[in-house]
Amino acid sequence: MSFLDTFFDGAVMAKYLPDLLAALVTTLWLSAAIVIAGLALGLVLACLRTLGRWYLTLPIVAFADISRALPPLVVILVFYFGLPGLGIRLSGPMVLFIVLGGVLAAFAEEIFWAGLTSVPKGQWEAGRATGLSFMQTLFDIALPQAIRLGIPSLVNRALAITKMTALGSVIGVKEILSVSSSAQSFSGSATPLTMAALAYLAIFLPVVIFARLLEKRYT
Amino acid sequence: MSNFIDLFFNLDIMAQAWPLLLKGLIITLKLCAVVILLGLAGGLLLALGALSPRKWLKWPTIGFIDLFRALPPLVVLIFVYSGLPFAGLELTPFMAVVLAFFLNNSAYFAEVFRAGIQSVPKGQPEAAQATGLSQVQSLVHVILPQAIRNVLPDLLSNTVEVVKLTSLASVVSLSELLYSANMARSITYNSSPLVLAALIYLAILWPLVRLISRYQRGLAEH
Repeated sequence: MSFLDTFFDGAVMAKYLPDLLAALVTTLWLSAAIVIAGLALGLVLACLRTLGRWYLTLPIVAFADISRALPPLVVILVFYFGLPGLGIRLSGPMVLFIVLGGVLAAFAEEIFWAGLTSVPKGQWEAGRATGLSFMQTLFDIALPQAIRLGIPSLVNRALAITKMTALGSVIGVKEILSVSSSAQSFSGSATPLTMAALAYLAIFLPVVIFARLLEKRYT
Repeated sequence: MSNFIDLFFNLDIMAQAWPLLLKGLIITLKLCAVVILLGLAGGLLLALGALSPRKWLKWPTIGFIDLFRALPPLVVLIFVYSGLPFAGLELTPFMAVVLAFFLNNSAYFAEVFRAGIQSVPKGQPEAAQATGLSQVQSLVHVILPQAIRNVLPDLLSNTVEVVKLTSLASVVSLSELLYSANMARSITYNSSPLVLAALIYLAILWPLVRLISRYQRGLAEH
């Protein structure tokens, strides 16, 4: 069997294309949900942290630290196999959404926070002195700078975490990797794996190139 | 509540699973040592390639880096483990993991090294060569020490990601920490071994994560 027949078998490609397209859609909407929820939660947490209350800061820092230190797959397995014992039964996509959204939120919180702390104290004081409230100073002066500063890191991090939707294959989410893996074992051909790789490239290569352009602009 | 503790923090089951998890931990540590070193070495070479003035070297290298930044590491791993045997290349789980993560990690480390090398002012290598250092000498003694210092937090955070990444090896049945814990879970019908594995990962990585946050704050203050 030639290399082409093994990895680019046209018949196999045609047969599994519909399944893979459906899986591609699953990967896309899961990624979108994770990015939106993760960035939003991270932003909220970073803003709450600026209030400087220990009873807010402590749990936020603990959450951010633990979520950044744990391998997501460990948490995914605990949620998927452990929680049903407590009567909490979450679907595979739900587990993936909660865990990866949480991880992205933790990283985003740190990035936003680093941006917020880099805004010179004088600007906060100037904002308050001109009669702006704390919230106005935060939203109109500090946050826009923090977000602009964080964009390259946020794009890279969001990319790294949405790629992890492939972990859904471990808990039976019908995303690209799991669909192509089962297609590979059914068909006895490596072609579905090639299709999976191409599908991921179609989604993520533009993001990688976009991240490169952003970096060039911001540095 | 007692149900919760029984299911997730059952000390008896943790004690039973401990020897198995310890074996897994040793494999995880070995794996980390290999993939971190290979990733650093590969990353440095790729970074030099990506910064090369020779176009035939520069563009293929950047293409390679972007390819592996766009592919999920698990996809690369499954491709290497279940795809390559179709091409007659059968690898043990350990070798498959090492090869897949080498490809993935060197792409990521390459980006860090590239940013570091670019952060060194152009006058430095020029001065080094003007004083008679060879290109290699100027790289090793002048450029790299500064480049690495400038991107130390990124190198560190990338290393943390690599350690976390090794948990994916459980998917191809390499009996590292997570695989052992999941095995213990399915034998005991109890999630405590997974929680124990999580605590072990946390014990190793939390100090590093703290250190990274400290660094980021430090950079922001300058």
